[in-house]
Amino acid sequence: MSPKSILVLEKIVKQFGQFRALDGVSLELSAGEILGLVGPNGSGKTTCINVIAGLYRPDEGNLYFQGSKITRHSLTHSAHMGINRTFQVPKPFKSLTVRENLVIADHYAKRPHPPLDELLEFVGLSSLADREAGSLNSSQQKLLDLARALATGPNLLLIDELAAGLNPSELDKVAEKVQYLAKSGIAILLVEHLLGFINSLTKRVIVMNAGREIFEGDLETAAKNPEVNAVYLGG
Amino acid sequence: MRKHLLYGAIVFVVVILLFTLLPSVYSNEDLFFQAMVYLALAQGVNILYGFTGYLPFGYVGFFGTGAYATALSITLLHIPPIPAILIGGLASVVLGILLSPLLRLSGAYFAIGSLAASQMVYYIVSNPALQNLTNGPYGINLESVYQPRASYITMIVIVALVMGVVIYIRNSRFGLALQAIREDPVSAGMAGIHVVRQRAMAWFLSAMIAGVVGGAFAWHISVFYPTTVFDLNISIFAIVFTLFGGVTTVLGPVLGMFVLYGFYNVIGISEPQYFQLIYGVLILVLVLFLPSGMVSLMKRRGHYVP
Repeated sequence: MSPKSILVLEKIVKQFGQFRALDGVSLELSAGEILGLVGPNGSGKTTCINVIAGLYRPDEGNLYFQGSKITRHSLTHSAHMGINRTFQVPKPFKSLTVRENLVIADHYAKRPHPPLDELLEFVGLSSLADREAGSLNSSQQKLLDLARALATGPNLLLIDELAAGLNPSELDKVAEKVQYLAKSGIAILLVEHLLGFINSLTKRVIVMNAGREIFEGDLETAAKNPEVNAVYLGG
Repeated sequence: MRKHLLYGAIVFVVVILLFTLLPSVYSNEDLFFQAMVYLALAQGVNILYGFTGYLPFGYVGFFGTGAYATALSITLLHIPPIPAILIGGLASVVLGILLSPLLRLSGAYFAIGSLAASQMVYYIVSNPALQNLTNGPYGINLESVYQPRASYITMIVIVALVMGVVIYIRNSRFGLALQAIREDPVSAGMAGIHVVRQRAMAWFLSAMIAGVVGGAFAWHISVFYPTTVFDLNISIFAIVFTLFGGVTTVLGPVLGMFVLYGFYNVIGISEPQYFQLIYGVLILVLVLFLPSGMVSLMKRRGHYVP
């Protein structure tokens, strides 16, 4: 384990009945680093995020955050420790206002973070601060998820498909935001289907298939890897 | 925020003044007492259903438990009525702790589970085998401590406390957290909220409210049977009043209780033969056209509802 790693997964196994969603996944992530996690549907990317966030408990393997082993953490503990996430299908508190969504995270996570107005500005939702979150469109809700995660002052941010459904100019803006967060020192694990988006953000990508890592490196090299090609093209 | 609190305070003052002054205008104290019982219960349902999304069909279980615990503290332990009412509240919290595994259920399953639990308590209390303790189905007699004026004033104090609690929840981070949990427990956890703990607090709080209200009811009515205080209609009234007025607000249950319970008494006396028909149609129409309750008329126009 490298001393600067903020997150370490050691041979994590997560099983649902007979189905091994994660089959011995190991990875390390340092502060300020962006790690892309790609792979076909059902390859275990979101399960991986769910295990790290504390939604699922791993059946085997070890998980370390900031040097200490975490075994039975809940979502709440994660938020208090400085792990946070966004969701593939956005999950804001729909009947609350945009600002109230952040106020809650600020109040209950009790961690240092930039002022809420700055966070709203950062995700471009300042003008909608007093609107009900349920009235936002899907990509605005995803940005609200991101802002709420940031309002808990995370050191590790798990981003699950932020880019899906965005148009090219929005994509560029979101990519800039992710870069900015990484530069501020937050470690970022990015699950994404849009390979171009990932490629613009990081050279370090893990390709998963059937709960295992089949490749680690940059995307150009991955494209030449026969196993990766087989998984993506069915050849 | 300050303005919102002020609106809440206005509702509070109006309600308390009404119940303090009404008996001197229209001398039917029992009617107003009953109205206060329903108002407090409706607010208890509001905390549980409005803020956390659990619809407690068996809410009357806490009410009956409070009534019995209070009554038995008075008859068996010779405790004065007011501390006995507090014991009633605590007994309901204990029942809430025992029933807290129900919180793992959601939606209709929770509603049915809580209903079954309340019936279970009813059958235990009314069981003739427990006649030495609860007097079984033969009921309770508290005539020795009967003081209608004192119990009426106690009920006003209880309503004031309950309204205060709901105003606090409506305007506090705790209330926001409860709503967040209702909307999405996973997101709520990720926002740092202790989901299980906060949810349990709302559950115990609403159990306690029903318990003390049941205790005050027992004292005021002084002679009652298990069927009186475990009557499912009590749950249904409290739920209907809350939904009719509008949940997650301080005002909703107040409006719901005054309008529906008012109608209930007016129609019930003037047109008893058509009573259930008129009442049923009224509720049906409102559920169809105002599914979010009366307060949604104000919300739609962009007004803040305390």
